Amino acid sequence: MLHIAFFARVKEQLGCAKLELEWGSDLSTVAGLQEHLCERNNGQWREVLSEDNIIRAVNHTVVSGDAALRDNDEVAFYPPVTGG
Amino acid sequence: MTNPEKPYSVIIQQADFDIAQLQRELLREGAREGAIATFTGYVRADKDAGNIQCMELEHYPGMTEKSIEATIAQAAERWPILAAGVVHRVGRLYPGDQIVWVGVSSIHRGAAFSACEYVMDFLKAEAPLWKKELGDQGGEWVEAKEIDAVRAGAWSGGEE
Repeated sequence: MLHIAFFARVKEQLGCAKLELEWGSDLSTVAGLQEHLCERNNGQWREVLSEDNIIRAVNHTVVSGDAALRDNDEVAFYPPVTGG
Repeated sequence: MTNPEKPYSVIIQQADFDIAQLQRELLREGAREGAIATFTGYVRADKDAGNIQCMELEHYPGMTEKSIEATIAQAAERWPILAAGVVHRVGRLYPGDQIVWVGVSSIHRGAAFSACEYVMDFLKAEAPLWKKELGDQGGEWVEAKEIDAVRAGAWSGGEE
């Protein structure tokens, strides 16, 4: 199982904070997962998740798209940060 | 922070914090500290357009702490830090409220000043926290500022 989380503006625009997907060969990289998610809601998620500045983290570490995913990984998608 | 085994502390909380108490907690046994440098961030009232009534802060529990702890560890490789602490508030905050505190102790002031600024710069550029301004016209997510990435990036140029 992949544990997927969205935050801030991305979460609001998708109307979704968390979801789980069965890990599989087409979801074995972050980019693969992102493309899979873009297809959700008749492709409506693409507008949000295909933005250039989306940050991707696996198990609390920021990664690039070609990062590998393993079963039980926690994957997060979020906009540029604005704390402090 | 008084535990000598763990001189670095990162706390994400809703509650306000007491700067004087946080600073005292940086002091270790043995009185080796010659300097503590601290930074406190506040919620500003003014904005380019309209007034901010309040602000809602969201974060990524678990990753926020790890990100800031990693930043402190990087600072500790660069400067001789004795102890460091970060407190960041989340939830609803109002103009004038304290929002973030960074404190670093060292033997001399140079390392304390630099490490404090370094931790704050990377916190702003990397820690997964997001501000939403709530005003007369509803809520609006704050856009990331390029200057924050520039300030963090400048540390890799080796300036201290």
